Amino acid sequence: MRAPTGPAGARIVSLGHYQPARVVTNDELSQRVDTNDEWIRDRVGIVSRRIAEPTETVTDMAVAAGEKALAASGLTAEDIDLVIVATCTAETSLPNVSAAVATRMGMNAPGAFDVNTACSGFAYSLANANHAIMAGAATNVLVIGVEKLSDWVDWDDRTTCIIFADGAGAAIVSGSDEPGIGPVVWGSDGSKGAAIRIEDREGKIKQEGQAVFRWATTGLAPIGREACAKAGIDPSELAAFVPHQANIRIIDAIARKLGADNAVVAHDIVESGNTSAASIPIALSKMVERGEVASGSPVLLLGFGGGLTYAGQVITCP
Amino acid sequence: MATRDEIRTGMAEILEEIADVQPDDVSDEKAFQDDLDVDSLSMVEVVVAAEERFGVKIPDDDVQNLRTVGDAVSYIEKGQA
Repeated sequence: MRAPTGPAGARIVSLGHYQPARVVTNDELSQRVDTNDEWIRDRVGIVSRRIAEPTETVTDMAVAAGEKALAASGLTAEDIDLVIVATCTAETSLPNVSAAVATRMGMNAPGAFDVNTACSGFAYSLANANHAIMAGAATNVLVIGVEKLSDWVDWDDRTTCIIFADGAGAAIVSGSDEPGIGPVVWGSDGSKGAAIRIEDREGKIKQEGQAVFRWATTGLAPIGREACAKAGIDPSELAAFVPHQANIRIIDAIARKLGADNAVVAHDIVESGNTSAASIPIALSKMVERGEVASGSPVLLLGFGGGLTYAGQVITCP
Repeated sequence: MATRDEIRTGMAEILEEIADVQPDDVSDEKAFQDDLDVDSLSMVEVVVAAEERFGVKIPDDDVQNLRTVGDAVSYIEKGQA
């Protein structure tokens, strides 16, 4: 039997993102639950977030982001032979989101699978895309992080309804002679699984804020450093650091401990809220769109959250 | 093993670094949240720094019982024993 073979590496060719039109401010939430703008800005860092319409689905948002990334890549839908969708908020367990996205975008029977590692989902999916290309199992991959957390939020729970939001971000990944996606560092700790959870199909999202905060501010900088070391990059060489947009104080604590002194640190949480698997590709897509990161420069992605799970890798900015 | 005074001084340094608390304001009867303006998330960072500095474990379930500086100093003092 032959072993799988493929190109020496893969890279992100293009990015795209979609956010719902509706902006929900802290003041609007403080009319429903006992909270206020100052408290939310100080503890979480969110000023406003985007919330989807009731009729707008996870698949709708995934397709919208996917179409933008595809258009920016110069490829056509027929060129995509694998679709990976990271989400923990799919409307249905079956069918999955990725096959529906492929059909809606007019692709020709690509491989299609969903990944549920919650907030680390995009980094896991990007690693899967990289591995699939390097193994010759795919040529051009559409990777999407998408969430509609508003469906799973208890709008009377002030500890969660101020945090979570909706949106989608996407990347087209293709083979390349030079590696543009570094080795992934991934892992999990199921013993802390209850710290972020949706208990059943009718359940609402719950979070043990302090436990998650402690884990995130202590455990993740070493993972980011390890991902840099595996890629052969010193953290001081990073042009940007795009961690999962969980909480501005977690983001800043990890950035400080990482030693990414020359990196632009993504703070998209301020205007987007916490969109779980969608937060990294949305933040990265917007940074590139604004011209904050030069094409070809190294960027560290670091996803972490429900599971608990984490994954990080250095990429070359498209 | 650190004495009570050494633990209190160490806590004052940690509080200054993490939450901008003036070291002179730190005494046993001061409450972290109400007197020193240390919120629940900063408290987690203070606890993690104290664990590293004094070589003790302070689980999340116990953090909520540490209302004052004196509570924390006593907890760390016992934890070292």
